[in-house]
Amino acid sequence: MKALCTNFRGYYPQLILGPLFKLLEAVLELMVPLLMANIIDVGIAGGDRAYVLRQGLFLLLLAVLGVAAATTCQYFASVAAFGFGASLRRQVFRHILSLSGHETDAIGAGSLITHITNDVNQVQNGVNMFIRLATRAPFLAIGSIVMAFVLNARIALIFLISTPLIVLVLYQVMKRTLPDYARIQQRQETLGTLTGQNLEGARVIRAFSRQESEKKDFAAASDAHSALTIQVGRISAALNPLTYVIANFAILAILWYGARFADRGLILSGDVFAMVNYMTQTLLALIVLANLIVQFTRAAASAKRLSALLATESSIRGESMPLTREQGAFLAFEQVDFSYTGPAGKNTLEGVSFTAEQGQTIGVIGGTGCGKTTLANLILRFYDVTGGRILLDGQDLRSYPLEALREKIGYVPQNVKLFSGTIRSNLQLGAPQADDDALWAALTTAQARDFVQQKPEGLDTPVEEGGKNFSGGQRQRLTIARALAKRPSLLILDDSSSALDFATDAALRRALKQDTGGMTVLLISQRASAVKDADRILVMDEGRLVGQGSHEELLQTCPVYREICVSQKLVPQANPESEVSAR
Amino acid sequence: MKRSILKRIFSYLRPYRGSLVLGCISAVLQVAFTLMTPVLIGRAIDCLIGPGLVQFRHLAVLLAAMALCILLAAGFQWVMNVCIRRISALAAQDMRQQAFNALNAVPISTIDQLPHGDLVSRLVNDTDAVSEGLLQGLTQLLPGAATILGVLVIMFYLNPFIALVVVLVTPLSILFARFVASRTHALFRKQAAAQGQLSAYVNEMVNGQDLVKAFSHETQCCETFDRINEELRSASLWAVFYSAAANPGTRFVNNIVYGAVGVFGGLAALSGALSVGTLSAFLTYANQYTKPFNEVTSVLTQLQTAMASAQRLFQTIDLKPEPADAPGALAPERCSGRVELDRVDFSYRKDVPLIQNLCLKVEPGQRIAIVGPTGCGKTTLINLLMRFYEVDSGRILVDGVPARQLKRSALRGMYGMVLQETWLKNATVRENIAYGKPDATMEQIIQAAKAAHAHGFIQRLPQGYDTLIAPGGGNLSAGQKQLLCIARILLCRPQMLILDEATSNIDTRTEMLVQQAFEQLMEGRTSFVVAHRLSTIQTADQILVMDAGHIVEQGTHRELLAKGGFYARLYNSQFAIQ
Repeated sequence: MKALCTNFRGYYPQLILGPLFKLLEAVLELMVPLLMANIIDVGIAGGDRAYVLRQGLFLLLLAVLGVAAATTCQYFASVAAFGFGASLRRQVFRHILSLSGHETDAIGAGSLITHITNDVNQVQNGVNMFIRLATRAPFLAIGSIVMAFVLNARIALIFLISTPLIVLVLYQVMKRTLPDYARIQQRQETLGTLTGQNLEGARVIRAFSRQESEKKDFAAASDAHSALTIQVGRISAALNPLTYVIANFAILAILWYGARFADRGLILSGDVFAMVNYMTQTLLALIVLANLIVQFTRAAASAKRLSALLATESSIRGESMPLTREQGAFLAFEQVDFSYTGPAGKNTLEGVSFTAEQGQTIGVIGGTGCGKTTLANLILRFYDVTGGRILLDGQDLRSYPLEALREKIGYVPQNVKLFSGTIRSNLQLGAPQADDDALWAALTTAQARDFVQQKPEGLDTPVEEGGKNFSGGQRQRLTIARALAKRPSLLILDDSSSALDFATDAALRRALKQDTGGMTVLLISQRASAVKDADRILVMDEGRLVGQGSHEELLQTCPVYREICVSQKLVPQANPESEVSAR
Repeated sequence: MKRSILKRIFSYLRPYRGSLVLGCISAVLQVAFTLMTPVLIGRAIDCLIGPGLVQFRHLAVLLAAMALCILLAAGFQWVMNVCIRRISALAAQDMRQQAFNALNAVPISTIDQLPHGDLVSRLVNDTDAVSEGLLQGLTQLLPGAATILGVLVIMFYLNPFIALVVVLVTPLSILFARFVASRTHALFRKQAAAQGQLSAYVNEMVNGQDLVKAFSHETQCCETFDRINEELRSASLWAVFYSAAANPGTRFVNNIVYGAVGVFGGLAALSGALSVGTLSAFLTYANQYTKPFNEVTSVLTQLQTAMASAQRLFQTIDLKPEPADAPGALAPERCSGRVELDRVDFSYRKDVPLIQNLCLKVEPGQRIAIVGPTGCGKTTLINLLMRFYEVDSGRILVDGVPARQLKRSALRGMYGMVLQETWLKNATVRENIAYGKPDATMEQIIQAAKAAHAHGFIQRLPQGYDTLIAPGGGNLSAGQKQLLCIARILLCRPQMLILDEATSNIDTRTEMLVQQAFEQLMEGRTSFVVAHRLSTIQTADQILVMDAGHIVEQGTHRELLAKGGFYARLYNSQFAIQ
């Protein structure tokens, strides 16, 4: 919570002045019944016309002052709440960007987005409502009791019974319904999931002509949702009637005891009238408060989630240690172990060691889940090794400042993702200074020059979110160009030709070889045909390196590699001794 | 426009007429009993004339009557609340169901075009807003209208002059609220736009976080965020401040009314036209009369949101359904698997011609491989065969019968379809395999699973065949999902197949199983395969080579290689050694 509160900095005056002005408005409101009682007891009873008019002017003055105070309070509330909200959003966004893969995996991207949009908004509205409305109800409720005591201490005892009783009813109804509201929310999410699934599976559903049963499933979930809504409604529908009964029976009591005191000349009828009014005011104020509590519980839940997020520290930090360069290969894995679930969890990589010299192309092959992508994640330090070490340019990755490390690497992830903007803004992602010539050169190598040239706006062609306005293959080539544009010394291609047709794939590999002289390339793929020309191929199986060498060597020595080649018809099945057949 | 939306919303209340009438009656009775209490309180205050003059017997009768009124008012209020909650929940449910049904009746093209996230939000968030709007609207409007009417009658009965004062001053608050609403509308639009922009940006950056890091894009990224964030802050600040100003504004008007009644009532009491008790009743009525106006202004924003939401829902409900099956459409029991495409033209967009004059004859049991570069329109053919899209001209004949003269359900039932994007229902493994044949026995299901080589891994799942498949199939690998899709087809034993081979993301061992299962599936069945595997292509009876939406070549593997055209180039670049 403390971390959240730092965002109030700069808004302390508004935070104090806002409720103060609200207090002022409440005091003004509390004076109204007194003035009215005076009109009755002094003005009417004494037949003083001028007095009635004077008090009327007072009432007008109170109204004017009241509206001014309320508006001022609301202005301060808005400034503080939205200033706080923006500051909090900024803090959360920066914090999210600082987290490593370990943390973001555990939280989930969807939930991170909800944090920064929904949760921040809830807390911000909570702050706004709190300053504007929540202070008013206690002021009025307590103020009414105080005023009642001023008027007649013994009748005021009725307030001491009825006000807590109203609060108790509010509390009970809230306690019973709030957990159900959470369940209603869940059922609503189920409806969302069902709809999403239905749309996604539209083709399959129609292929099997199962529309009717889908409708029935949805109706059942929908029924469950409204049944609970109606059931909860029955309890919360009792809130207003119950509190109404309590407050009005209290008024009955005030009238009865008022009459007994009046009979003995201890109270005037105007004062009884004023007390009745205070009772009504208390009730109204508390009901507003009850309606606000729902909103506050939501805000509190959001605040809790946000502080949990802010308390999550990134496990990966950049260092700026003095360079302790060792002699050796350009990239070296030394007995690397890694587990996504921490040192105690199941190892995704185990004892992986290999080296790559500058300018070499290293192919990595293996089935899904064998740890290929993990290699890339570790080199980029999205995660840290749990055992062993990785050296780049003779330096342990963990001794690099993060930016300096990532500057050396061009990364083409498996998911072809582009940011909305233009082709140029995407290519400049890692190289903001790159000029058009450099960008076109990158596009040429990535086999993307042709289709970009065909666009009338060329480099300034707009890119929609995710790159939806490009085909899968075009997107993939743009992501390759994006990595090349920053002129990295190490290029990591993670299954980066899956959406390319055969011819383009081959041309791309040729161009990479020609145009990237000193660049070391890590080529991860499922296709044996894609890696077979690499200087060295690493064969991964269930987190272990089960073979490394050239295509020909591996065919002889590595059964897993053979199996992959056979299944992909790259070599015939029966004849293990034969050279790669020219088919 | 607005009126017609409102009218349509009310048409959804019709099935719940009973509850609505009961709710209305309760509202009227509640208001009647509520309005009686101030008069009784006034009379009670009038009993307190002075020391020794209080008539306790009369007071007791008044207070007893008051107690009864209070209890009745509370009871009817509860009945009204329950009725309205019921109506609003059920009416919204009906809208939601209609929208869902509409989505299951629209052509696939509509589903392909509309963003799914938006549709889901309509069915969930918009129905919720409509339900909430109905609830708030009815709970405020029903008793509100009755209160205004009742108070007017009583006030004019008690003292027409003071009543006139109240009636004349109160509309000020409505005028004020209107003024505020018109001012804030633009501000709220600006706020919504900024919020949308921010959400989109965050969505993009959080989902692309690996890129942001890999390319050290953090600083720039934060700068952009701060800019949007600041826009949102200032837009929200003013939108909320101005809209919130309506509240003290209306309260100000109320206070004026209260003061005016106090003064004029006091003067009237001085001249003996009014008792102190009646004055007290008047003051209460003045408050009760203005209250509905305030509450309506405070739920006004909610009602506006509800109207906008209803409009979006109605748009979904009104989506044009797939044209009905032709009258007298056939549903043949059996089919031999002969398919003929006769001069078929098709395009997704009128101005971009795609498939033109396509002719193809497929004999029962033949295998047709469709090959070509990514994005060349291979799946278009699937869309046409399954009648997910209709041909623009020409015909597709199945067993000599034009597909248009078949019932859609019958035609689709003839094919078994396995797409690259596997889709499984959020249900158990067993229900998923039996998806095409819900009445299948357990033995049949297991048999199908065995034939699809899925039995083994299913048994290793925590609850075997009763394991629940997570939405999106999160607990299964891509290969396992495909095996389940194959089992699903094997259970139905269709005469024809449509297969879309997966290109990647399946590990070698599962891939071999999938391949074997595919082979088994295709045995003796007419099959259309979007092919990536060499073996599938080589053994096909006919290969359709597509490029940029057109069929550029057609023939067997041998013929096409000999021809030395597009196919030969494609083939050589992938499979042959340099």
